[in-house]
Amino acid sequence: MSTLHLVNKSPFERNSLDACLRLAAKGSAVLLFEDGVIGAMQNTKHSDAINTAMSDHKFYVLGPDIKARGLNDDNVIDGINVIDYDGFVDLTTEHKTVQSWL
Amino acid sequence: MEDEGVVKKFCYMNRKAPYGTIYALESLEVVLIAAAFDQDISLVFADDGVYQLTNNQDTDGIGMKNFSKTYTALGDYDIKKIYVEKESLEERGLTADDLQALKYEDEDDDWAEKDSLFVVGREELSKIIDEQDVVLSF
Repeated sequence: MSTLHLVNKSPFERNSLDACLRLAAKGSAVLLFEDGVIGAMQNTKHSDAINTAMSDHKFYVLGPDIKARGLNDDNVIDGINVIDYDGFVDLTTEHKTVQSWL
Repeated sequence: MEDEGVVKKFCYMNRKAPYGTIYALESLEVVLIAAAFDQDISLVFADDGVYQLTNNQDTDGIGMKNFSKTYTALGDYDIKKIYVEKESLEERGLTADDLQALKYEDEDDDWAEKDSLFVVGREELSKIIDEQDVVLSF
């Protein structure tokens, strides 16, 4: 039972994702949603941040927020699991605590 | 109004992704209202603002109104200068093909359909912004 970290801000706009990846304990999970889904996309200036953290954390991204922004699940960084709202609920119950990075 | 009055150059600067905050929708609302005042309007999309113009937005899953189609109506409001910063697209792994095709009908050219969206480099965009009388930030 580890922590679930929530990031809902774009890495281009805020440093929430950076802070989360810097301080989240090894083995904890990270869920990207709302504008945070931008951080889950391949070939952006910030893609390497998650690529290098992939071995330390499980990554999830909320599919409906990807579609809303005209982005494509196919362009999500390899290894990030695309989930729906039911999956979001499951994650919150499966983890000891939930921490939001605003 | 008999007197046409002073026409100023207005620029709407859009730098945030849609749906996560209210800025994108509010900007669009203000642009549509302001279009009624016959001013010289330019729209700029830079940084995460470029996501406002993406193709295939589908908001069914998040329970919010998809307002992206409204951008295609801007031509009917005589808004035909829409600038997207090239470097912002590149940093996000996007190209012009990921954006909606925005057009207007040129009344001085037998209503020929012409592009109203221009992908411009940082230097050119800097000049465009510098030429404005008023810049409104969203």
